[in-house]
Amino acid sequence: MNGPGRAHALHPGSATVRAAGSHALLVELESGEHAEAFHAEVLRRRDAGELPGVREIVPGARTVLLDGLDDPAALAGELPSWEVPRLEAGSGPLVEVPVRYDGADLAEVAALWGVAEEEVGRVHSGVEHHVAFCGFAPGFAYLTGLRAQYHMPRRSTPRTAVPAGSVALAGPYTGVYPRSSPGGWQLIGTTRSTLWDPDREPAALLSPGTRVRFVMEDG
Amino acid sequence: MNGIEVVRAGVLTTVQDLGRTGYAHLGVPRGGALDAPAHRLANRLAGNPAEAATLETTVTGVAVRPREPVTAAVTGASAPVTVDGRPVAWGAPVRVPAGSVLEVGPAVHGLRSYLAFAGGVAVEPVLGSRCTDVLSGLGPAPLKDADVVPLGDRHGPAAHLDGPPGGAPGGELVLRVVLGPRDDWFTAGSLRTLGTGAYRVSAAGNRIGLRLEGPPLERAVKGELPSEGMVLGAVQVPPDGHPVVFLADHPTTGGYPVIAVVPEPDLAPAAQAAPGTAVRFVPVRSAARDRARLG
Repeated sequence: MNGPGRAHALHPGSATVRAAGSHALLVELESGEHAEAFHAEVLRRRDAGELPGVREIVPGARTVLLDGLDDPAALAGELPSWEVPRLEAGSGPLVEVPVRYDGADLAEVAALWGVAEEEVGRVHSGVEHHVAFCGFAPGFAYLTGLRAQYHMPRRSTPRTAVPAGSVALAGPYTGVYPRSSPGGWQLIGTTRSTLWDPDREPAALLSPGTRVRFVMEDG
Repeated sequence: MNGIEVVRAGVLTTVQDLGRTGYAHLGVPRGGALDAPAHRLANRLAGNPAEAATLETTVTGVAVRPREPVTAAVTGASAPVTVDGRPVAWGAPVRVPAGSVLEVGPAVHGLRSYLAFAGGVAVEPVLGSRCTDVLSGLGPAPLKDADVVPLGDRHGPAAHLDGPPGGAPGGELVLRVVLGPRDDWFTAGSLRTLGTGAYRVSAAGNRIGLRLEGPPLERAVKGELPSEGMVLGAVQVPPDGHPVVFLADHPTTGGYPVIAVVPEPDLAPAAQAAPGTAVRFVPVRSAARDRARLG
């Protein structure tokens, strides 16, 4: 711990670099927290013009994919020596998402959590969430923030149609369905926010790094 | 409006171009023509730049009626091409009079033909591309009978080739693969199987992936893979062990391990391979992989 920069750095050597074909690198980190910090560092270097040309930067649960690289071998040699600052709490834009906690699986979630049904919304809206990564469908964000005791198994039988705007839980994540689609997550509520609109700039309400506060609405 | 009327849409005819890039982190697939070289050639023959939108047919072809005279060209899967029932050239510019019916018949070799019109298909772009993405539903819906598809203003003169273009290859499909990123999730025996096994193209494939039948690939690492970014050409192995080669409309993240990646140039013949085609994977080296393993 010698100097302010180092005190906040994640320990070096925590990145494992894997080739994904001839033009992409999959960088694997030790935890989701490390992956989010690494992703932020990739974006910082790109915006500062310090990163070679890259077509897509795709964060995952514990990884960051750098796709469309001209010379991935050179970057693969350099990445493990990057110093990656720890993410400051409260960085990233904040979005409020109003939710009516009226989901079809509310009773089941309450039972698994060991709380009353009306407590589910208070627990869920009582913490700040943030977008770890997106996938599954355009604008579908995987949000972390719930403590481990509130993590949730998927439904044993997925639904063939989950309505757009459904707020749902699976594993450590909260997700909001941007449009109606099949899905196996536990439904706890609904929002009237528009998660995805390709005619809007930005198209996705929730993008990686966005902080989210769910605001409980009455019935 | 300058456009074409759809007389016979075919089983799946979509608008395609070079795809959407820069939005994978929001869950937006790349999309775009599965046989990109055929798409580019069709555009060149019609006097268009490579990024102009074409129609991609699937097996059964398509029939359209232009409202104004237009130069068109058909490439990709070879197929009988007619104007008002009279045979015209495949793989060459064709002048279609206003009100005549241009028909691309059933594919003879390959699955997907590309139909370019001078000026390009001019549907409204979504996130910088006009392509239909069947996974997420972005872009125009697949063509239906009686649709009217707008065309843009013509760009340049039609190009002519010295000879007919090469069609889709027949016989065995040989796909190079670069191992990884998750080859270490598989048994040594399965890695050998990947390089030696006899696979076949399954009928269950689509624009999202080429599905293969053959010896299943067994995992050495059990348990769930946390969702991670997926590249075009990824050979993903679901729990049943049968590999899927990701094509243009593939999901941007996935939770099944990717044993290897097929380089982009090999994906065009893969997208033209009919169900039942024999498939062989040939592992090749990559500088990135060698360096990543050392690093």
